[in-house]
Amino acid sequence: MNNLCKIKNNNSISLNSIPVYKYSDFFSKVVDLMGDDNKHIVNYFAIPDKNIFRFIALIADDSNSDIIILSHILEENDKKELAALTPKINALHIFEREIFENYGINFIGHPWLKPVRFPKNRYNKELQINDYPFYKINSSELHEVGVGPIHAGIIEPGHFRFICNGEDVLHLEIQLGWQHRGIEKLMLEKKQLLQRTILSESIAGDTSVGHSLAFAQVMETLAQIEVSEQLKIERSLALELERIAIHVGDISALCTDVAYNLGANIFGILRTGIINFTQSWCGNRLGKSMIRVGGINLPFTEKLKISLLDTIAKFEFQFLELAHHTYRLPSVENRFDNIGTVSENQIRKIGAVGMAARMANVKRDIRQSHPFAGFFKYPIEPVVLPKGDVFSRFLLRRKEIKSSIAWIKNMFEKENFDTPSEKPKTSISLMPQMFAVSLTEGWRGEICHCAVTDQNGEICFYKIKDPSMHNWKALELSLRNLEISDFPINNKSYNLSYCGFDL
Amino acid sequence: MGISIILIIITALLFPGIVTFAKTKIVGRKGPKIIQPIYDLFKLFKKRNVYSQTSGIIFQIAPIIYFATVFLAAFFIPIGNYKAIISFNGDFVLFAYLLGFGRFMMILAAMDTGSGFEGMGANREAFYSLLAEPAFFIIFSSVALMTGHTSFYDIFNNLHIETALSYFVAALSIYILFWVSMVENSRMPVDDPKTHLELTMVHEVMVLDHSGFELALIQLAGGLKFAIFGTLIYNFILPIQNNFLANLILFPIVILIYALLVAVSESYKARNKMQKNAQWIITLSAISIVVFLSVLIITEKIIF
Repeated sequence: MNNLCKIKNNNSISLNSIPVYKYSDFFSKVVDLMGDDNKHIVNYFAIPDKNIFRFIALIADDSNSDIIILSHILEENDKKELAALTPKINALHIFEREIFENYGINFIGHPWLKPVRFPKNRYNKELQINDYPFYKINSSELHEVGVGPIHAGIIEPGHFRFICNGEDVLHLEIQLGWQHRGIEKLMLEKKQLLQRTILSESIAGDTSVGHSLAFAQVMETLAQIEVSEQLKIERSLALELERIAIHVGDISALCTDVAYNLGANIFGILRTGIINFTQSWCGNRLGKSMIRVGGINLPFTEKLKISLLDTIAKFEFQFLELAHHTYRLPSVENRFDNIGTVSENQIRKIGAVGMAARMANVKRDIRQSHPFAGFFKYPIEPVVLPKGDVFSRFLLRRKEIKSSIAWIKNMFEKENFDTPSEKPKTSISLMPQMFAVSLTEGWRGEICHCAVTDQNGEICFYKIKDPSMHNWKALELSLRNLEISDFPINNKSYNLSYCGFDL
Repeated sequence: MGISIILIIITALLFPGIVTFAKTKIVGRKGPKIIQPIYDLFKLFKKRNVYSQTSGIIFQIAPIIYFATVFLAAFFIPIGNYKAIISFNGDFVLFAYLLGFGRFMMILAAMDTGSGFEGMGANREAFYSLLAEPAFFIIFSSVALMTGHTSFYDIFNNLHIETALSYFVAALSIYILFWVSMVENSRMPVDDPKTHLELTMVHEVMVLDHSGFELALIQLAGGLKFAIFGTLIYNFILPIQNNFLANLILFPIVILIYALLVAVSESYKARNKMQKNAQWIITLSAISIVVFLSVLIITEKIIF
């Protein structure tokens, strides 16, 4: 096992030094590695290169911060068929589906080989988004309920197909792809660094900082830019502010969904305080224009520090007071407790990451396992809850807010921001023939950006993975044998990204 | 005679605005004007109706029938010693089934759209109103037994609260009427009128397809129902006011307290789990049986 190709987070490796295995060896190596509970799949994709397909699987080892890279190649003359890994390693299901959809490579034995998001350059253009092959149960006693892609509220487009027995859900299938914008393709077409940065900010609107940070780190490792420690800490600070703001917004939204008027409004008001601070720092409430490659346009200052400490003090006092009340309110507990439970075993099988993993006793947090930015200097201990129901996801948010606030306060005691951080780079030159990986822990979970450069140092392949890619399956599993009217609170308790998935 | 219907109509117009205003004030927001719902009604009255291609004539006539039944039911309600416009022995039975018939038409209209959601909502609404019906009937049968009269006017005119037990009966009846009115109007904790989530809606999902004039009628009927139940509660609290002025002052106060109670009950509590609703509504009927037993004791039908 020692001869495996490993790199650390935010590092790059020459494309040619990635060992290429025969598919049968690759297969058994993946199965071997994934048998360990400390390892989870990060990404698995195919890079089309002239007439061959280079497959790369990334497996994160949480025990020693390694990212294991496995690779195999499908030659031009080979039959476009591979034995599916999914039956053995369930977590790979979505990645094999994606490869099948994009390049028409057939995974034999895959139980659920359906389209993922209907990209414009998909292999089988005959199949339209309206022809999605939904799972069906033929029974006169069951009925199907279809929701979306247009919803009554302001959520993003996605189609949910329930198979119900009366009010109980037997099966839920989620079909996405309605919001596909071709971000990965645009990343290659737009040549300017700023264009790409702005694209990365809009991969998922609620995770601007998480995604743009992953993008910046990929570019920096490819261009061999070492940023200052202070800038790294500022980036982590931005990430934690985003986490606090979205979490408290979600708590408010969960209160709305169970019609708890007081919580819905007051938590919503609290969110405003945090995002207004983000605006006073970088000019955008959602943290856009904050993260730039190699520097920051609007550095954090001592003045902002005082203002943030003030904002946080106010926020924390009000938040704790209302949370103390809300989380003990019998009607709220009754609504959330033991609803939509997913077991630890299920979570491990589907390879869920981030919040969806931590709420079910699976400790997966990139901030701790594969530290990046400011989390080397100021480590953070992830919050893990044992139960896996809606209440756990509700509670996890509260605890993560507290831990983020504690992290910020602790960091502020030791850091001072008298000298501004460096300005961003306007143009960079990338190393040729390299493969770079960056993992960040957005508020939803692990975000993975990968880039490959050609011999001229141009990006020739860019791969984005939002945590929602893994986690949508967890929502499907939560709904089994649950009342259909409990779907909204489950959906909101995960709050997964539609556009992050659709790309 | 006409005074009761005039007061009910005024209440119906203002009530939803008062509840919304109170709810926003409780959570510290600015809130819309109290007469905002009236503006909304006018706006809707001016709009044209949009019908889906799958719906038929029932969908179009149902809101009108629904409004008509609720409006007619309002004619049965006396205020103080002002007799209702329509009053006869046993009128509370017709009153209850007028509301029931209106609801039945709305359920048919929801099924007529052929939408999966609306069928689901109709199914829930039918179920919950079915469960809430006994509570209403047991309460009014009990007070009818107690007073020996069977029309709203006579019941309220002869409802003398003298003994400790009759205080108990009045208090419980008001409590039950309050919650029955919440179920009848599809408010918390059974339903949430503000939700945007189709899958958790009960009443709202049934009227999703209605628009324009017909939607205005449905909303007006909602206000009327609140006014009707508010007036019933008023009659329970202050059975007889011979003085016209006393009525005119006390009635708004009671309605205002009722509206505030609605707002408070919708603010500090999460709604029920859908599964729990049936049990919760049956509890109301169970409590009304306590009223019935108390009345049997008062009227010495049961002697300990």
